[in-house]
Amino acid sequence: MKNETQEFKWVGKRPIRPDGVDKVTGRAKFGADMHLPGMLIGRVLRSPHAHARIRSIDTTKAASLPGVKAVVTGSDFPPPPPPVWQAAGEVPVNFRDLARNVMARDKALYDGHAVAAVAATSAAIAEEAIDLIEVDYEVLPHVIDVKAAMKPDAPLLHDDLFTDGVSPKPDKPSNIAKRMEFAVGDIEAGFSKADVVIEREFTTKPVHQGYIEPHACVVDSSEDGRLFIHCSSQGQFMVRQFCARVLDVEISKVTVVPAEIGGGFGGKTTVYLEPTAGLLSRITGRPVKMVMSRTEVFRASGPTSGGATKIKIGATKDGTITAAQATLAYQAGAFPGSPIGPGCMCAFAPYNIQNVNVVGHDVVVNRPKVAAYRAPGAPISEFGVECVIDEIAEKLSIDPIALREKNAARQGTKAYYGPTFGPIGFVETLEAAKQHPHYSAPLGENQGRGVASGFWFNIGGDSSASVHINEDGTATVIEGNPDIGGSRASLAQMAAEVLGIDYDKIRITVADTSSVGYNFLTGGSRVTFASGKAVIEAANGAISELCARAAKLWEIDADAVEWVDGEARPAGDNAGDFEPMPLSTIAGASGKTGGPISGHASLNVKGAGPGFGTHICDVEVDQETGRVSVIRYTAVQDVGRAIHPGYVEGQLQGGVAQGVGWALNEEYIYDKDGRLDNPGFLDYRVPVASDLPMIDTVLVEVPNPNHPYGVRGVGEVPIIPPMAAVANAISDALGVRLKDLPMSPPKVLASLSNGGSRTPS
Amino acid sequence: MAKVVIPAGLSQQFTGGKSEFEINAKTVRAVIRCLDKDFPGIGKAIEIDMAVAVDGEIYHDPLLESVAPDSEVYFLPRIGGG
Repeated sequence: MKNETQEFKWVGKRPIRPDGVDKVTGRAKFGADMHLPGMLIGRVLRSPHAHARIRSIDTTKAASLPGVKAVVTGSDFPPPPPPVWQAAGEVPVNFRDLARNVMARDKALYDGHAVAAVAATSAAIAEEAIDLIEVDYEVLPHVIDVKAAMKPDAPLLHDDLFTDGVSPKPDKPSNIAKRMEFAVGDIEAGFSKADVVIEREFTTKPVHQGYIEPHACVVDSSEDGRLFIHCSSQGQFMVRQFCARVLDVEISKVTVVPAEIGGGFGGKTTVYLEPTAGLLSRITGRPVKMVMSRTEVFRASGPTSGGATKIKIGATKDGTITAAQATLAYQAGAFPGSPIGPGCMCAFAPYNIQNVNVVGHDVVVNRPKVAAYRAPGAPISEFGVECVIDEIAEKLSIDPIALREKNAARQGTKAYYGPTFGPIGFVETLEAAKQHPHYSAPLGENQGRGVASGFWFNIGGDSSASVHINEDGTATVIEGNPDIGGSRASLAQMAAEVLGIDYDKIRITVADTSSVGYNFLTGGSRVTFASGKAVIEAANGAISELCARAAKLWEIDADAVEWVDGEARPAGDNAGDFEPMPLSTIAGASGKTGGPISGHASLNVKGAGPGFGTHICDVEVDQETGRVSVIRYTAVQDVGRAIHPGYVEGQLQGGVAQGVGWALNEEYIYDKDGRLDNPGFLDYRVPVASDLPMIDTVLVEVPNPNHPYGVRGVGEVPIIPPMAAVANAISDALGVRLKDLPMSPPKVLASLSNGGSRTPS
Repeated sequence: MAKVVIPAGLSQQFTGGKSEFEINAKTVRAVIRCLDKDFPGIGKAIEIDMAVAVDGEIYHDPLLESVAPDSEVYFLPRIGGG
């Protein structure tokens, strides 16, 4: 494992995270930990039907229950914004749909859809009141399966939804919200050159992000219309914007204080409770606290899509891939907006293929609206691709890593969705995987080994930060991204490196929306990269001021001073003969030289470096029960440069754990009426520690030239390869290729009894 | 003139299937204006839904980025993350 770098004092080291003590002692304040005087408790009534028209809601009995202070339904909210997509950060948002997801209006579109809410003086009263609300539903036919939803005679979720991206524009509504296509070369000519062509169909289930902390907030509305929101989210500025739009208030009247976050993985990049709590608080004039139960998290918050994919790849005998084709259909949930775009673009991105055609469909179904989940969309499409790549390698008797190396994208490769890759480390990950002892270790009976790779773009975006030099020579860094994966540590490390002071002299504050410039949310593995650049630029701004102050004290020109190892020094012999002046001395004299010293930066950060990974997985299959056990796992990834290798390794291990759950166990189970049967961790089975071996990691470092320390995002890629790596390992063990996730014991047993083979017809 | 490429979905919706264009423009904004002049509505669709790759570099909020006469400009769906 490549880890400790010697060229930097703090970058590449493994200091203790600044928030560590608070988190291990219980002092950290999460979403549900906020209490305000006079606070009410809010609860939500949710639809028991997967699809139903709401004829009427009678709240009379609930409202008259002693202790109930307010009852709201969709009609109490401001009219939803216009039904148009708007650029709102990382992906477009349709605020009409967002508002209708927060609280149903004329129709309930999934089991768990919010239809009413109450605020009361206690949780018991609120829950009693919920039971007193009478809703008259007209139950409608529902559809959950993505292929079924695409059929012309499928139950329609929205009468005004017409397929986008086709010509001529349809005159009939459809559950297919959008069609998109990416194509290069001549796909048929490419397949005609191939000696072997393999086409397979795959399905993946929607899976939940599985964060430990349920959604939670406290909202306090003032008499003059201001909203104070304390909540757990992946972005306080996102919450501010979304609540302002849903409740029709000016952004300047909304202040969002970020709580510590107990996991997000993309699932906290939108709002569910906050607008409702805000409305209840506005009506009652009292703070309102709302916390989801685990059941509500499963029934009402966004998982990622389930998908149906068809993958076709052709290659010549020497392993050159000549053509690749994919047809993808992703569940969007109740409203359009699945991650079908990145699913299309990522599918074949690890490879340099001249003839590619990818068609994607965004499909609404009667399930909760999907939310982002690590590398949104990519695991679904790349699962099938990596399985077919493995099958081609087997058919051609080529080592699967060698086949990938032969076709790997490299610097200068033009991706089929447009960009030309700069410095990337895919080949380096393949090489490291091939050389790893795991790859040549012997296997036992009923054991198999699989390999798979993955790609994700990574992003930058708007980031603001301030660095304040304190009078005792310490520094305070103000930034605006909730810390999910250790970003306080990585940002402090970079600030320490730039300022030339010790890591423990820097304190990081994740500020509320009124205390720091705009920051895009914590997502897309952007914070250490993009907010890191903002912190570096702010620190450099502070250094410029420190040099200017030293120059004043020395009575020389500011440009005759340079900053080295945390102290000002004369830039050369002509600058004068002065002893170096440490930061603490300059800071202590700041009042005499012009006042407080600080640096600020607000940037739209560009130049995110793409990430690639290659995983090796060993499984053992119990042929009597069908249980698949992952017995060894190695994740190799190009991380650019690991600012804090320990937390980078943690990202890789966490992504693998979630991917293994996606591969083997996790799925939503619905009854015939479209009601979720397993809304809890007992029946929705995420891997626990005893299910997994220690996941080994290899950090390949091909620096991103667009970051001062070479950072690439690291949190998305590791969830992509596991599903195919596990499937390929099962195939190696049993000669059976499973194409439907999860590869749970019943499916494994069924495939064995059906006599699966290595070369299915 | 810069080579400009739009995804097939946009081309089917706005340009009758044509996806590649030669456009004389100095910025991404000028490229979008030129496309919208010939294919009304495509500019708004690009503004809402599209990132752009200019000579391999992806910009998520494109507007003022420079475009050279020999540039390759690819519009692509905006990318988020988890």
